[in-house]
Amino acid sequence: MAALQQRTLDLIRGNEEQILAQWQQNLATAGQNQDNRISQQQLDGQVRRFWQLFLQALSAGESTGPQSVQWQELRRFLEELSAERARHGFNSSETATFVFSLKRALFEQLQLGYADAKHELGDQLWAISELLDQLGLHTVKAFQKSREEVIQRQQEEMLELSTPVVKLWEGVLALPMIGTLDSQRTQVVMESLLQRIVDTGSEIAIIDITGVPTVDTLVAQHLLKTVTAIRLMGADAIISGVRPQIAQTIVHLGLDLQGIVTKANLADALALALKRTGQIVTRTEG
Amino acid sequence: MDRIPILQMGDLLLVTIQVDMHDQLALTLQDDLTEKIQRSGARGVLIDISALDIVDSFIGRMISTISSLARIMDATTVLVGMQPAVAITLVELGLDLRGVRTALNVERGMRLLQQPDASP
Repeated sequence: MAALQQRTLDLIRGNEEQILAQWQQNLATAGQNQDNRISQQQLDGQVRRFWQLFLQALSAGESTGPQSVQWQELRRFLEELSAERARHGFNSSETATFVFSLKRALFEQLQLGYADAKHELGDQLWAISELLDQLGLHTVKAFQKSREEVIQRQQEEMLELSTPVVKLWEGVLALPMIGTLDSQRTQVVMESLLQRIVDTGSEIAIIDITGVPTVDTLVAQHLLKTVTAIRLMGADAIISGVRPQIAQTIVHLGLDLQGIVTKANLADALALALKRTGQIVTRTEG
Repeated sequence: MDRIPILQMGDLLLVTIQVDMHDQLALTLQDDLTEKIQRSGARGVLIDISALDIVDSFIGRMISTISSLARIMDATTVLVGMQPAVAITLVELGLDLRGVRTALNVERGMRLLQQPDASP
């Protein structure tokens, strides 16, 4: 990377006001605050902070690249900025524009300052350009990372949401399954169900598959695994909600569900569970 | 600790595994338990593994072997307090411990052993 000369640094420092004004104007033109996702005040604050850290890093290590320790604070600031913008729904190009729009402001000042030395001007423009490009790329990288974190968190939340374990009765847990069962989901389901069995000391767990659209060999295998794990823990499992089509599929596929208690609906399963735990529900007269 | 204590309560034996099982420990337990069953004429064996949170295929098979041994020596074995992680591991390893009776905790395991139809 071409090094920045002292003259360039002086130029940048000397023309701070013009550069910042130009930058803010560029930002406004690019529409950084057009729909109130971020206030003008906030944007100005970010500009000031960036500039402060930028100058600090420039004077600390002229010839070192943005990956070095001197630039660490600026990098961290950019990461925070990206994360915040990701949360506010900015897209990646809008976020990167924050850094890239500084380019033009700097270039104009350099062009003025180096009017007498065309060759050096090219060199310095290249150096500044490379520097800002790297900062911009870092911003995009951080932006993407925070977006991925948001997506991953949502995925995890969805997994949690889709597998609620409910206590149906004293000693009876129920797990209404909704949607397709895959390995990852089965794992989560199994873990949360087994943990609840330990926590509540329930003897019977009912797995209701009314909301499972299809049962194939893989799903059956997952169910078998879950039932076996429940048995190993010392509890019993009942599978309920076997619809006619699913029953037919299971028989046609020749799946072996032996050793698993199945019931047509949740009510039947609950009745069986109550019977096994020695409880009777009676209707009061009147 | 080089062996796992086996406690006798009436005609029941109680084995509480409190440490991480390693292979030698499991083999010693196997020997000790069979000997103790013979000497005491115990009718039931309760193995509490609630403190065990890591198992491998060897330990899984050992648990299964121990209960088979006890059964042959006419003592019903109940495995109690298996942790979710252990259950999942055993299932993934393909060990379903068929024929081994299980219970959620020691109290329920005792009740299971005291039932008249306790023999599997």
